[in-house]
Parts: sequence; structure tokens; C-alpha cells
Amino acid sequence: MSAKERWERETLQPFLQKAPERREKFITVSNQQIKRLYTPEDIKDLDYDRDLGYPGEYPFTRGVYPTMYRGRLWTMRQFAGFGGPEETNQRFKYLLREGQTGLSTAFDMPTLMGLDSDHPLADGEVGVEGVAVDTLRDFEILFDGIPLDTVTTSFTINPSAPVIYAMYIAIGDMQGVPREKLRGTIQNDMLKEFIAQKEWVIPPRPSVDLIVDIFEFGIKETPNFNLISISGYHIREAGSTAVQELAFTLADGMAYVEAALKRGIDIDRLGPQLSFFFNSHNSFFEEIAKFRAARRIWARVMRERYGAKNPESWKLRFHTQTAGCTLTEQQPLNNIIRVTLQALAAVLGGTQSLHTNSYDEALALPSEEAVRIALRTQQIIAYESGVADTIDPLAGSYFVEALTNEMERQALDYIRKIEEMGHGSILEGVFAGIENGFFQREIAQAAYEYQKQVESGEQIIVGVNKYVMPQDEKSKLNILRVDPEVQRRQIERLNKVRAERDNRAVKRALERLEEAARTRENTMPYILEAVKAYASVGEIMEILKRVHGAYREPVIV
Amino acid sequence: MDRPIRVLMAKAGLDGHDRGVKVVARALRDAGMEVIYTGLHNTPEQVVTAALQEDVDVIGVSILSGAHLTIFRKITELMKQYGMTDVLLLGGGIIPDEDKPILEQMGVKGLFGPGTSTQEIIEFIKKEVQKLRG
Repeated sequence: MSAKERWERETLQPFLQKAPERREKFITVSNQQIKRLYTPEDIKDLDYDRDLGYPGEYPFTRGVYPTMYRGRLWTMRQFAGFGGPEETNQRFKYLLREGQTGLSTAFDMPTLMGLDSDHPLADGEVGVEGVAVDTLRDFEILFDGIPLDTVTTSFTINPSAPVIYAMYIAIGDMQGVPREKLRGTIQNDMLKEFIAQKEWVIPPRPSVDLIVDIFEFGIKETPNFNLISISGYHIREAGSTAVQELAFTLADGMAYVEAALKRGIDIDRLGPQLSFFFNSHNSFFEEIAKFRAARRIWARVMRERYGAKNPESWKLRFHTQTAGCTLTEQQPLNNIIRVTLQALAAVLGGTQSLHTNSYDEALALPSEEAVRIALRTQQIIAYESGVADTIDPLAGSYFVEALTNEMERQALDYIRKIEEMGHGSILEGVFAGIENGFFQREIAQAAYEYQKQVESGEQIIVGVNKYVMPQDEKSKLNILRVDPEVQRRQIERLNKVRAERDNRAVKRALERLEEAARTRENTMPYILEAVKAYASVGEIMEILKRVHGAYREPVIV
Repeated sequence: MDRPIRVLMAKAGLDGHDRGVKVVARALRDAGMEVIYTGLHNTPEQVVTAALQEDVDVIGVSILSGAHLTIFRKITELMKQYGMTDVLLLGGGIIPDEDKPILEQMGVKGLFGPGTSTQEIIEFIKKEVQKLRG
């Protein structure tokens, strides 16, 4: 009889007779069952050198840098954008004054969907969910007084990513900043759009071609810029489990690598310019395990499957945002505590940058006060808690290591399934999964299961299905609203730009872009030319739509 | 009630947040209702036309982009134009408290924000449709 069996028989069982546990089974928010106790038995196959190694070395389970946060803290990067470029420029400057170390731009829905502010579908949405951008003129205002050689900027933009990327390069050129000094990230991840976030213009295959155009252009022109942020965040927000988030994101990453290899791009030039973006949700240890497993899987895949030789290509560097979907409208101040725990999980999981949500975001756009508290949350974790003072402090925990292994195993099962759908190709498997509704069904099913668990009380949300208060503090909140005037002002500026620009130059640039898109030439130089001639986001995306057609989603419930 | 309740679930506007609308659609279906889901990015015209063609009792519109005032205004105007007085219009998504009376005045009969249980929506629909059917 092992010592554990003896403990179970002599100590545990008699105790359980008298005092049963709180529930029959303990699960994470992702329905992952958690055992009562983890011991050395649960990680008996773990080989330290093979599976964990040292920080900054393969397989990077313990972190991508040798000193992690002892050297440099993570980048505190709060996502911001609303109204016109004037308002967002002010918010950017406010955040930089408050000690934020990088910018992150939120665009409004029309810009995200590649529509101009005067498009009929844009009515009521201009500047509401983020900043409205139509032409380079708006970017000039957005980055007024912000030097691009010292600030790093992240752009949450997908179908219109090539246009926004071109605008950033154009502003850098105007400021006289050499392109190799531009630092930042464009999200530019269309696969997760078709899977989860649902912002698109053209169909999946030409969308991926366009992304590879950016890769090809970007490794030469802006070698210090992350050309993609392969995102699990939105997959998770759409209702996936932690394992699905991990698996689908890494599969998307593998799909992009395969698409780039097909174009003849050198994996070791591209690898270091890939970055990732994950969600940090409520189940604390599961999230930490997810981040650690992500690094290990990616390192192995890049080295063993795709033959990358540059250690920089093996490193999975990632941004994290706390889970927006966990914020409650009820008793909103409770969200501050949720965000703190989620942020702590991201830091213990070794994130490179972090956005903490504001407590009022289940009600409206965040107010300035709420944004400040969210940033202060990160600063308190960084400077007061001491968790950043040693590297990967939870390594070696029987529980965390066992859970890391489990996340890896389950994610690899999914990746194998995707590979089978693509007959050996992950890229084809992801396309197939989008076309046949595999991803959508998996995610919708998980979301529905979770909702049922919430309604049965199996999952508890404080203030929503337990400790409910009849009157809560939300009426006292100051809600930020976007002035409808923004839409009028934005359209007025767009019309002014259209009247003042050299319209023959715009026409020429757009014709050249259309020709390049038809002949499958790299479109980036032509998009940059069109942007510099003050062609609008909508005009440029319209050309691509004309060549490739518009995407219609198969409707799946 | 003899005829099962027919519901059109729609995403209007540009936002792609369809988690909630799909969860509600499945819950209504599991509760015995006939649910038609339009998919994303519908204009108010498309929503109202689909509701007419499908002869539904209920229209549920999900908006999380902040464009709810603009979109519901157009939908309620079109519903009036087509004389759809016996159709129950419901809204879901992130809607600030101060906008709720405005939307109710336009003719949105129920608003269900984050954290609402699907059971609450099911009961509300059953009760209101019974009233409308007389």
C-alpha cells in the first residue's frame, strides 16, 4: 500500500464520513475536473530538463526571457479609443502621463469592418466602440505629439489591418522615424475572426493571402514590428473553454506559418515577428497552466514540425487581456477584484504585456476613473505584491505541472483533429473547420453548457446567481458617452479630405492596387501608396472586395 | 397555446458578439419555441422583412456595439409602417439604464442585459405572447 493509499484509508475516509465535501465534483469555468489533491504521482513522467528547462531556453515553459520581470516588467498596455481621433489622442496622452508604457488602439466598428464613416451601415456606430479612422488625416491627428520612435503601439484591427499598418508607416515616414525603428503590433489575425469575433470583408483564403503579403513586406520593411497577434482572446470571449482557446489559437498560428512557408518565406525571419494574444479568465490555476502549456507547445511545433532554427522563432511571446465576459453589470465594483485575480494569473503565467479591464465595462465604455483603477491594479501587482521578483514561481507545484500537462494533452488532441480535417495540413484543416462550422459548433456548445451550469448554480457568479442585491451601485456610476456630434464631424472631415486630395493620384493608386490584387502580386506597397494619397479605408477595402468578393458566414446555432 | 411560439433572433448593426444571441436561441428552442436565427450584420430593414416573411410572434435583437438607439428607432418605425402591432420586440446586449425608458417608449417591450437567466426570458416571452394572442 502506497503512502497515499494509506492516507486515503486512515485519514481521509473517516473524515469524509463526518464532513462531506462542498460538492460532488469540482470543475473549472471550462468544465475541467479538478482533483482533491495532487502529489508527486501526478507528475511522475515530468522530466525537468525536457519539459520545463530554464527561462529563456527551449522549451520556454518557465518564460521566454532569462530574467523575466526581474529585468523588465511586462508592458502595461491599456486598450483605448473612442470618438474621433482628437478624443483618443487626448486619452493616449493621459495614459502615457499616468505611467502606461505602451499604447493600444481600439477602432470603431465601421473602421474594423473596412467601412467609411459615411457608409449607411456605419450610422450610429461612428466613434462609439472605438476611434473612427477614415483616412491618413485622422492618423495625423491621432498621433499628434506622440513620437513613434519611443512609443510602441498596438492596433486591434483585422480585415482592414493592411490599411492601418500602412497608415502607421506613413506617419513614421512623416515624423522622419526610420521604418526599422517602428515598434508595435497589428492584430491582423483573420482566422480567429471567421472562428469567433466575426469581423470580415473578404473570404478566408484571400484574407490569409493578404496576411502573408504583410508578412512578406513587414519582415523587410519593419523588422521590429509584430506583424500579427494570433489571438485566442476572442475565441474565449465567444464562449470557448480554456483548452479550445489554446488549441484553436495555436492551430491558427500553425496555419499562418504553413501559408507563409508556401509563399517561400523564411520561417526564421518570420518567427520572431509573430506574437500571440490570450484571455485571462476566472479559473486562476487553469489560466496559468494554459499560458505555460502554450509556450511549450509552440516551441516544440516551431522547432520540430516546421524546422525553425532561430531560438527567437521558438518563443511564444504574448499579450493578455483579462476576460471581458466575466465582468458583471450587477455590483460592478466586484469586477475590480475579478480583474485583479485574472491579471495575477497572467503575470504568474509570464505574459509580455497586459490589459486590465475597467470595472464598468459591462455597462458602457470605461470612464477615466475606471481606467485608472485598472492600470493601478497592474502597478500594485508589479510593485507591491512581490510576485514579479522571481521567475515562474509556481513551477514544480504538483497541481500546476499536472494541469499544464493536461492542457497540453487536450490541446494536442484538438490540433490532431484539425490536422485530420485538413488531411495533414493544419492550414487546410482550419479552412475546413471554418467552412463546415466545426469551430463555431464547438464554441457555441461550450457557451451553452456554461450558461446551463450558471443557471443550475453549478457555476457561481457572485452578485448574479448568489449574493444578489436588489439595489446595486451601478446607478451611481459616471458613464462615458460618445457625442453623436462625432459622426457628423467625422463625415465632414472625410468630405473635406476627398475634396482637397489629388483625386487623380487616388484613382491611379487604387487601379494599381486592383491590378496587384488580381495578379496576386504583393498588395502592401500599393496599399501604402493609396494611403499616402489619402485614399480612405472604405475605398481601399472596396477594391479588395471587388477582386475577391464579400464573405457571407454560414449561419450556425 | 396550440401553435408553438415563433421567434426571430437577429444581430443588427456591425458588431459580431453572437455568444449571447446563440445561447438564448438554443435555450428558447429547448423550451419548445421555433427559433429562426438571421446571423450577423443585419440592417433594420432586413430584420423587419425577415420577421414578416417568417410570420413570427417575437423579434429578439442583440446589439453590443452601442448603436442600439439608432437601430431600434429604425426597427420600431418600420414595424409601425407594416402594422406589426402583434409582434413582441425584445432587445439584448449592453444597454445603459438611462437608455431603457427611451427604448421602451419606442416600443421595445423587454430588455435583457448581461447576467439575465434564459429562464427569465422564456417566461417573459410566454406571458407576453399569451397576452398578444388574447
